[in-house]
Amino acid sequence: MAVTQLIGAKIHRREDPRLVSGHGRYIDDLNRPGQVYATFVRSPYAHAKIQKIDLTEAKAAAGVRAVYTAKDFQGQVAGTHPTVAAFAPEKKTVPDRFPIASGEAAYQGEIVAVVLADTKSAADDAANLVQVDYDVLPAVGDLEKALEPNSPKAHTDLADNLGWDMTLVPWEATDSAFGSAEVVVKERILQQRLAPTPMETRGVLAEYDTFDKRLTIWMSNQNPHFIRLFVGGALSLPESSVRVISQDVGGGFGSKISPYPEDYLVPAMARMGGRPVKWIETRTESIQNTTHGRGQIFDVEVAAKKDGTLLGMRLTQYLDLGAYHGTFGAFQACACVMAGGAYHWQGISARTVGVLTNKVPTDPYRGAGRPEATHLVERMLDRLAQEIGMDPIELRRKNFIQASEFPYTQNFGLVIDSGDYEKSLAKAMSIAGYDELRKRQADLRGKGRYLGIGVSTWIELCGFGPSALAGATAGVALVESAQVRVHPTGSVAVYTGTHSHGQGHETTFAQIVADTLGVPYEQVEIRHGDTNEGPSFGYGTYGSRSLAVGGMAIHRASQRVVDKAKKLAAHMLEAAEEDIVFDQGKFHVKGSPEKAKAMGEVAFAAYGAGLPEGMEHGLEAVAYFDPPNLVWPFGAHIAVVEVDPETGSVKFEKYVAVDDCGNVINPMVVEGQLHGGIVQGFSQALFEDVAYDEASGQLRTGTMLDYMVPTAVEIPDIQLDSTVTPTPVNDLGVKGIGEAGTIAASVAVINAITDAVSPFGITHVDMPASPDRLWKQIKEARGVSATSANGGGGAQA
Amino acid sequence: MKRKVALTVNGSRREDEVEPRLLLVHYLRDVAGLTGTHIGCDTSQCGACTVLVDGKAVKSCTLFAVQAQDAEVETIEGLATGDQLHPLQQAFWDNHGLQCGYCTPGFIMAGVYLLSQNPNPTDDEIRKGLEGNLCRCTGYVNIIKSVKDAAQKMGAAKGAGTPVAAGGE
Repeated sequence: MAVTQLIGAKIHRREDPRLVSGHGRYIDDLNRPGQVYATFVRSPYAHAKIQKIDLTEAKAAAGVRAVYTAKDFQGQVAGTHPTVAAFAPEKKTVPDRFPIASGEAAYQGEIVAVVLADTKSAADDAANLVQVDYDVLPAVGDLEKALEPNSPKAHTDLADNLGWDMTLVPWEATDSAFGSAEVVVKERILQQRLAPTPMETRGVLAEYDTFDKRLTIWMSNQNPHFIRLFVGGALSLPESSVRVISQDVGGGFGSKISPYPEDYLVPAMARMGGRPVKWIETRTESIQNTTHGRGQIFDVEVAAKKDGTLLGMRLTQYLDLGAYHGTFGAFQACACVMAGGAYHWQGISARTVGVLTNKVPTDPYRGAGRPEATHLVERMLDRLAQEIGMDPIELRRKNFIQASEFPYTQNFGLVIDSGDYEKSLAKAMSIAGYDELRKRQADLRGKGRYLGIGVSTWIELCGFGPSALAGATAGVALVESAQVRVHPTGSVAVYTGTHSHGQGHETTFAQIVADTLGVPYEQVEIRHGDTNEGPSFGYGTYGSRSLAVGGMAIHRASQRVVDKAKKLAAHMLEAAEEDIVFDQGKFHVKGSPEKAKAMGEVAFAAYGAGLPEGMEHGLEAVAYFDPPNLVWPFGAHIAVVEVDPETGSVKFEKYVAVDDCGNVINPMVVEGQLHGGIVQGFSQALFEDVAYDEASGQLRTGTMLDYMVPTAVEIPDIQLDSTVTPTPVNDLGVKGIGEAGTIAASVAVINAITDAVSPFGITHVDMPASPDRLWKQIKEARGVSATSANGGGGAQA
Repeated sequence: MKRKVALTVNGSRREDEVEPRLLLVHYLRDVAGLTGTHIGCDTSQCGACTVLVDGKAVKSCTLFAVQAQDAEVETIEGLATGDQLHPLQQAFWDNHGLQCGYCTPGFIMAGVYLLSQNPNPTDDEIRKGLEGNLCRCTGYVNIIKSVKDAAQKMGAAKGAGTPVAAGGE
């Protein structure tokens, strides 16, 4: 029996005691002696010329140290905002973005000035005294209107608002599929803008040592090495002189990946003024300025035979870029390449159109492109099932990629590593009691009650991501690094290039190391989030990559340590290396387990005298892991809701999720990731919507009073189960799980709602399916005037 | 013009001079140095700043520090005894009731108040009792489980007159 078999064990998180006792170290908990506080003056208009800025009063206010505008940063901050290329479109326009606006502000919240003062309240007070004369310009809001030739432009110097236009596969490629179709269904599917809304907003604290010329930046961030690279470059500092520290981070969900204007300006001001500078984002600043997710329109057509055989798909993605391209915003176009989902298709034609508007940029938010893909394909399958009168599950089964077909090359040339879609679906159906549910649905309909059953047989690509693929599409390798150091007394310090902001890496990665090295779990410490430690570079945490890439780097580095320890153990046991067995953290000569050397003893010897000739001292290793492929989790979610047609309210009866992320390191953590992910999917389906006033570009949901994040009251019970299909892509057999729930859930809920209201002739429901919107849609479908509807629109209170 | 405020925080009497507009949450964090009470929204929606004021759960961003004159304030830092966690803190740990941990102190303080009023709440009563607090990571599933677990253990400990650690169902 294994003495240590921690992989797969439900270990309680070692992060938690400090967090439950109020001893976390979040950005706002940190202060530096002599620090001053920054308050940014932001454009109140979505689009405006900055005519004149008068700083006289602000500069004279009590406690003010400095007030800066764009011209003060000339020579201090170089270059423009970085954007990674995700593909090479036929047309591409990338407006230059500087961290602070000079001539023109292009979204509400863009920075135009900044005040530094001795206290936060003095900085806030003085910011109100900065006088800016604006010449308000027309704002670009609606995506389709933005593409019309006579539309105002998001920046006055633009010829048009087309940020990119790329046809991935031309329409002709699906001519035969559509030519032979017996049925074609079309739909426009909306993906509303979402505010990622981590409970901790962003924040930056920077200190510059004038004499050593070293910059230290503390911030709330998902990938500190990227920030070091970008900010060091913009401030003309070598990376070796810049240290970025991101300790406890109160949630990210993708919104703390890319560098932000404040990430450059706060360090620059620390250097300009010779004092540490602190800035903490307010919630309104966060909803207004932190990148949004989604913001897309899909026009989709599906061609099929009447027996349900899928033939072809044609889709156009219109993506609201905002006023500038998000650093990783182009990644969201992966919705196109994932549009085929879990099914066979003769062909898929796809085009992505990026549109510049006067809104804050969009960038990855939990799932980034993959929730959109799942939503559109799973929605279209239900749409088709309804059209041809087939059970939606039967339709899925008819078209599934079968377990025997993996590795499977999908329509866009990506290789799906492994899967068993039938297995997870069958399990979910059994738990949900699918057949009985359909019977009950029919019974209730007879009684004027509207039960709906929604299915989502989702798949995902994650674990970014092979350097050959990621390098070709994004220009970055997305490998991951790890350093494993075994101290002379046998305790182990591990540094990972990923970053944990709720995922529990301090626990789960220690489980991997303890098993691989055969040392007690308690002796392993996981460190991250400080660029002065560990290997030279790390790629950070997003895209459900931490375990499949970062965990594998740790595993590799640990194996290298074992390899060296084995050589040394052979010397200590006076045997040949090939005769040494490593078992349960001990080395022994084959057949003589009683004379064993534990890893700790070998480590002590590695730093002492008497090493074999030619062996270097020390017991530590660095590894960079470049995965051979992406990993592809999958699963089946079934939502059961009842819609009250008189109020438009949606009541959950059941939510069943059977997910497969390969081998599991810590089931408790996996379940937690799924719970949270699923609720973010629910929340998009039912509640969340970043609403702008269309004419003025004014944000209408700038506080948590207006932007609805659900509470415990709105959340249904969630029944989780799993199947385990280990990936052949990595030695641990693991896939990602951080985004899976969000990818799967929105469409399971919307399919259930659409199914519930289908007796009214409704074939599609858009998000958020808030009571007022759903009620209006039902009224209209019933042919009853909805004029008594009380306006409102998206946001719910 | 600063004003004097005197109150008890986690059992210790304090007197400070503060700006009248200083919110209690800023007083706790910036003056008293108790950074376990967090700020998440600025508009009293999120509950991350929940503390107990004279035994009642209060969002500390809804009070000025000077309004807490003579009050007994308890924050997340006051719950544990040494490294011995309060049963609610322990239950959040045991049930994976937190991920990023930012909202957690507020939830635990709201939970302490809830259990002081209703020692044996149903799931629905827990949901309602915590509806003033927002969490973005957990989907609330394990938070509800944590509060339920704590209620059972606290009830068992009280009933048996034995330490919490020995508590069963």
